[in-house]
Amino acid sequence: MLKLGVPSKGRLMEQTFDWFADRGIHLARTGSDREYAGSVTGVDGVELVLLSAGEIPRELAAGRIHLGVTGSDLVREKLARWQDRVESLSLMGFGHADLILAVPKFWLDVETLSDLDAAAAAFRAEHGHRLRIATKYHRMVRDYLRQHGVADYQLVDSQGATEGTVKNGTAEAIADITSTGETLRANHLKILGEAPIHASQANLFRSLSAAWGTAEQASLGQITDRLAAA
Amino acid sequence: MPDRAAIRDEAHRIRRVFEAQGAEPFEAEILQPADTLLDLYGEDIRARAYVTADPLRGEQMLRPDFTVSVVQAHMESGRTEARYAYSGLIFRQQDEHPERPTEYFQTGLEIFGGDPAEADAEVFATIAAELSDLPVRAVTGDIGVLIAAVEGLETTAIRKAALRRHLWRPERFKALLARYAAPAGLDGLRGGLLARVKAGADVLAEAGPEIGLRSGGEVLARLERLAADAEEPPIPAEQVALVDRILRLRGAAWAMAAPLREMSGVIPSLSAAAARMEARLAALESRGIDLDALEFEGSFGRTSLEYYDGFVFGFLVDGQRPDNWPPLASGGRYDAMTRVLGNGRAAPAVGGVIRPEQVLKLREAQC
Repeated sequence: MLKLGVPSKGRLMEQTFDWFADRGIHLARTGSDREYAGSVTGVDGVELVLLSAGEIPRELAAGRIHLGVTGSDLVREKLARWQDRVESLSLMGFGHADLILAVPKFWLDVETLSDLDAAAAAFRAEHGHRLRIATKYHRMVRDYLRQHGVADYQLVDSQGATEGTVKNGTAEAIADITSTGETLRANHLKILGEAPIHASQANLFRSLSAAWGTAEQASLGQITDRLAAA
Repeated sequence: MPDRAAIRDEAHRIRRVFEAQGAEPFEAEILQPADTLLDLYGEDIRARAYVTADPLRGEQMLRPDFTVSVVQAHMESGRTEARYAYSGLIFRQQDEHPERPTEYFQTGLEIFGGDPAEADAEVFATIAAELSDLPVRAVTGDIGVLIAAVEGLETTAIRKAALRRHLWRPERFKALLARYAAPAGLDGLRGGLLARVKAGADVLAEAGPEIGLRSGGEVLARLERLAADAEEPPIPAEQVALVDRILRLRGAAWAMAAPLREMSGVIPSLSAAAARMEARLAALESRGIDLDALEFEGSFGRTSLEYYDGFVFGFLVDGQRPDNWPPLASGGRYDAMTRVLGNGRAAPAVGGVIRPEQVLKLREAQC
């Protein structure tokens, strides 16, 4: 049986169902509203597994599901060496969100990463600690800042209301997901640099470590045929 | 593949050799307070060291090396000259290199105080003696040459400090140097803003509310520095070319002091660096090191998460490139780190480590 993991609730689930329906694969939740069970029609030998979107990368990496729908940001953040563990079969065109760095709007001297680095050095000399960046995307932000040679910063964990951390005095800058930038502007922040750290969207990922027997490969073949036909 | 007991025995055997030559045995705790390491290395250390949490002591890290502990203990002791030997496991995350071990033995020797050239030579020669039965070659470098070159540039202290800060981040260093080599002027995207700053305009008035710990005064101060910097004359092209030439120096170590002497016509501070190099080479030779076989690479030791600021060396298996992992042994001088950890004090310091597992592997392959 090929196990397909999809987000268990909300808009992401609805968009996933619609996306598959457009390709002749019908996913549905079964039983009561509260029961996490589902059915798949249109292809053979596929079992629906309803999961929190945030857990799908881990389940793919562990090989407990064969395919999974989740954001490319979550895969990059949660899986070290993600390219060795999952493969993207398709970009799905929804769930768009950019991971960006933002600083207070009145920092007229900071427009680029090079500015941020220089400001961080001066900040550390002035305040005796590193410039704090609030985020929940630790791996991606750290990798990005290392690649760009930014030093003298530290990441502080923020699992929500990240845009408020600067005003609340718990961070000097933030790195967060944004789709429109409205919340950033409302909190007097501006986006740094021209390109986001990562432009994320929902992907259909294939696990490279799941057991791909004859039956699962046959089901995958049916699914990829449908994707190719769309 | 040698078994763990054999690796441990070899690690301790080498430590006892170092002790027999006068080093004190040193022990470090495996769990280290994370803040010291974070303060020293920055956030990047989280990708390299294992982080764990203690409900009372806060964030802890599994020791990623011994050097930091040795330096802390030495600086707290208040002594000037001392030498230490240690052997034990260190722990490194290998997210990007799953084939590499995440825990392995190191045996090390660290020398504080004394004549720098003699201490450099002693650490190098002591490690070389332990590897003398193996088909290895040594590559050396000298971060001190690069530091001397930066200090000798005809430019402002602010620019020199920025270059020094990024010595270990080659890309950022290169970009900075290119920027400082460009002609002065208040043009480009930011020119208008900086011109208004220079004219004394209240640029922050309409910039939005001041939020967070970084104040408007700090923003303005940096804008003023940028405005002043924009009018600085560029670093002379021949000096920039020399920095580039230093980074590309390659050849026999004994042949490197002469080009540095020649370059000191353009960057005078290089003559002192050349003198230090000559003193080190003489000390190495008097310890029986074959200078003809000693290689030098101008950019050796310039990787992030390192702290060397003088002599650096690595021992490689014949045919192995310097950037190939793992070295059999490596080390260098780190005077600046003693200042960071020394609460106002500093000491000349040099050290090196051997990886006994690699030594045993190579010895087995020899048989």
